[in-house]
Amino acid sequence: MSALTRTALGLGLAFLYAPILVLVAYSFNASALVTVWGGFSTRWYATLIADGPLIAAAWTSLKVALASAAIATGLGTLAALALERHGRFAGRGLFTGLVYAPMVMPEVITGLSLLLLFVGIGLDRGLFAIVVAHATFGTGFVAVIVAARLRGLDRSLEEAAADLGAAPARVFASVTLPLIAPSVAAGFLLAFTLSLDDLVIASFVAGPGATTLPMRLYSQVRLGVNPEINAASTLLLATAGVLVLTATWLTGRRTVA
Amino acid sequence: MTRSRLLDALVRLPPWLWLSAFFLVPFAITLKISLSEAATAMPPYLPVLDWKGGLEGWSTFLEALHFQNYETLAGDALYRDAALSSLAFAGTATAILAGVGTALAYAMARAPSRWQPLLVALVVVPFWTSFLIRVYAWIAILKPEGLLNAALLRLGLIPAPLEILNTQGAVLIGLVYAYLPFMVLPLYAVMSRLDPTLREAAADLGAGPTRVFWTVTLPLSAAGLRAGALLCFIPMCGEFIIPDLLGGSDTLMLGRVLWSEFFSNRDWPLASAVAVVLLVLVVGPIVLFRGDARKAGAEAAR
Amino acid sequence: MADREGPLLRIEAAAKRFGAHAAVDGVSLDLAAGEFFCLLGPSGCGKSTLLRLVAGFESLDAGRILLEGEDLASLPPHRRPVNMMFQSYALFPHLSVAGNLAYGLKGLGLSRTEIAGRIEKLLGLVRLDGLGGRRPDTLSGGQRQRVALARALAREPKVLLLDEPLGALDRSLREETQGELRALQRRLGAAFVVVTHDPAEAMALADRIGVMEAGRLVQCGSAAALYERPASRYVAGLLGDVNLIPGCLGAVSDGLASVETALGPFRGRAPEVDLGEGAAVLLAVRPERIAPATAGEGLSATLVETTFLGERVRRSLRLPDGTLLRTSTPAGAAATGWPEPGGSLHLRWPPDAATILPA
Repeated sequence: MSALTRTALGLGLAFLYAPILVLVAYSFNASALVTVWGGFSTRWYATLIADGPLIAAAWTSLKVALASAAIATGLGTLAALALERHGRFAGRGLFTGLVYAPMVMPEVITGLSLLLLFVGIGLDRGLFAIVVAHATFGTGFVAVIVAARLRGLDRSLEEAAADLGAAPARVFASVTLPLIAPSVAAGFLLAFTLSLDDLVIASFVAGPGATTLPMRLYSQVRLGVNPEINAASTLLLATAGVLVLTATWLTGRRTVA
Repeated sequence: MTRSRLLDALVRLPPWLWLSAFFLVPFAITLKISLSEAATAMPPYLPVLDWKGGLEGWSTFLEALHFQNYETLAGDALYRDAALSSLAFAGTATAILAGVGTALAYAMARAPSRWQPLLVALVVVPFWTSFLIRVYAWIAILKPEGLLNAALLRLGLIPAPLEILNTQGAVLIGLVYAYLPFMVLPLYAVMSRLDPTLREAAADLGAGPTRVFWTVTLPLSAAGLRAGALLCFIPMCGEFIIPDLLGGSDTLMLGRVLWSEFFSNRDWPLASAVAVVLLVLVVGPIVLFRGDARKAGAEAAR
Repeated sequence: MADREGPLLRIEAAAKRFGAHAAVDGVSLDLAAGEFFCLLGPSGCGKSTLLRLVAGFESLDAGRILLEGEDLASLPPHRRPVNMMFQSYALFPHLSVAGNLAYGLKGLGLSRTEIAGRIEKLLGLVRLDGLGGRRPDTLSGGQRQRVALARALAREPKVLLLDEPLGALDRSLREETQGELRALQRRLGAAFVVVTHDPAEAMALADRIGVMEAGRLVQCGSAAALYERPASRYVAGLLGDVNLIPGCLGAVSDGLASVETALGPFRGRAPEVDLGEGAAVLLAVRPERIAPATAGEGLSATLVETTFLGERVRRSLRLPDGTLLRTSTPAGAAATGWPEPGGSLHLRWPPDAATILPA
């Protein structure tokens, strides 16, 4: 590896990780000041556990993330199957756009327009609205991951199953699904983390009734750097890290193909 | 045949319905409300369509629609500036990302192959971690008494702390930082799949490493670069968190304007008009690179 | 500067390892100017690695590679006066045919018109006139092959390296292209080094063939020499069908030696290296050298099967001890002397048609 390559990799990864490492380090800082190292301490984690509203917000986020990721996984898998396995159909272009556009759509637009819909049809803002909103943009991400796997899958496996007398439903259950299962699981994890992470869309559709963890964190972050937020962030980062490793392991696992 | 056609339809029906209801229809509503006027009611806009009024209800409804919100947007320098500076921020950050992302992706693709999965994972991990928190982390680094200034002062490079936080520079740093994985991953995906014999053939024909990069590697990575630019530029145009946390009160971006019209001024119709304008701004690039958009998403998620 | 007396390209004890695997293991080879040389061997024998060492894509672990007496070690690929035609062709997909051909010409200090002229000439050379504006992916396999060849020739290399140049073509096209490649090399007078796994192709193309096995160059010579006088069982079998009869080496005289086998004593050409009397050897006889004999001389055998192969007829025969022999005769030749399957006959071959190989 050339010196140039090493330098580029080193600088790039340092840029990506320095802020995160700083955050984690200062979550263990005994001092409340960011620039002063007051020794190792877990006092901010103790404060965190005692912070009732924050814990409540975390529970809300968890419930929303689980529910929305489950819906997004179902819809996204169906969308991927429609795009990769169920041929050409009228409106395919629009369908493709609908599946993938929510991923790049600026969140303020998605959030505002969903809110206007909910108000227009008289749906109460709150937990349910957040679940619907998160499921909508999670669908695209799940579809992308599952579609990539389906594209890489040898279609003759499914054809062989059909040739051996399996009806479409059995082909799907006995061949396709087991082969795409890791990517479906990875899609679920991604939809889950994205939901856990979302501030903007949730802020629009949550209304006064429900507060998610990012909303709670945001209201405190606006007031400046706060060691308790550092502690909360560290826990969130650790959670995300575990989820990424799981997802990487799932998608990287070699299945028969 | 018919049975399988029925099955195909059943497979795509749920996503069709869901996405139409919760993605397509909301845009139509947003467009409609952007043509309404604000009111102190719930919902806080007029007119509200009276479904039971029949044809007459429709015509009164249509007559009450107007373009005043767009006139406000066009007439007020604040909104014009916000739109222009959104484009400027997103454009500048995308250009910086193209350079930084190309360097990093190329280095990854040239690293020993047994390291590459690890390097990809290292780039992906931040993408999975909380966006809010990653942006927040920069406050502690960039603020006047923050770590960057402390380090620079200690090294004697600057006489007094630099004012970085709450400036345009801080917003650019935040944008580049937060969107780097979106640029690197599609570029890497293309670069790592480039046939290495093409580089060898170029060297064999007398091209030095620099010429090989500019005449072979980069042109063949153009699809990845376009995809990355698309994935970064569009969401950055509507970015709210980064300008809000890192930019000063004078940092204008459409996402932030929309947010404050909605939450602070409770002017839903005007916020809707901002959303429509933003949508038009970002739809341009999507149409331009339509073929790449889907691939871009696929590469990024991988 | 250039050593006029010495060979054009000299490879001295070249060695290259990939981890524990010795890809090229002490290969020495001289190449004369204008020579058409073929490296022949199965995949994984190190022939492509040797080519890549000459081109500069791999660096030597030991040994030297000299071009006109100059050590190439310090030269990166883009400064070496050799060019390579890649097995995959490696045509730049984002450039037109002309752009591909121009790639190597840029940086030679040629004017725009000179480059255009050279491209025209190259296109003519490979019979692709008028196709300069096309993209590689719009060409047929045969056309792409010719673009790759023309591109590698653009810089007028002293040595042209060709890695399986005909491997991607279908059979009929391959035979036609062999002739073209051969004619082109004659016309240009440049030294060609072709890597191939196909013995028929090597024999059709090369002035000289180097057979490689497990990283080593095991024998080098003209097609006829390798075919008639293989040095090992491996080379004998690689270049064509061969009957092998195990035995024990006897006395050597006048280049011929006797071999004691289970079928009785035979004579054959003595091995090049002195194996010593009593050494275990193989008597190698090409099927086409075996002919029917009058009763009372040669070996008695039973005809098992006759297979008609178009231009040749192959026969399978069983010897008294159970050994099977194969023979091959031109289909047009009279079938005199050959019985019907199941019949018996006597077989013979001239002593100089048998080669004695180490077992």
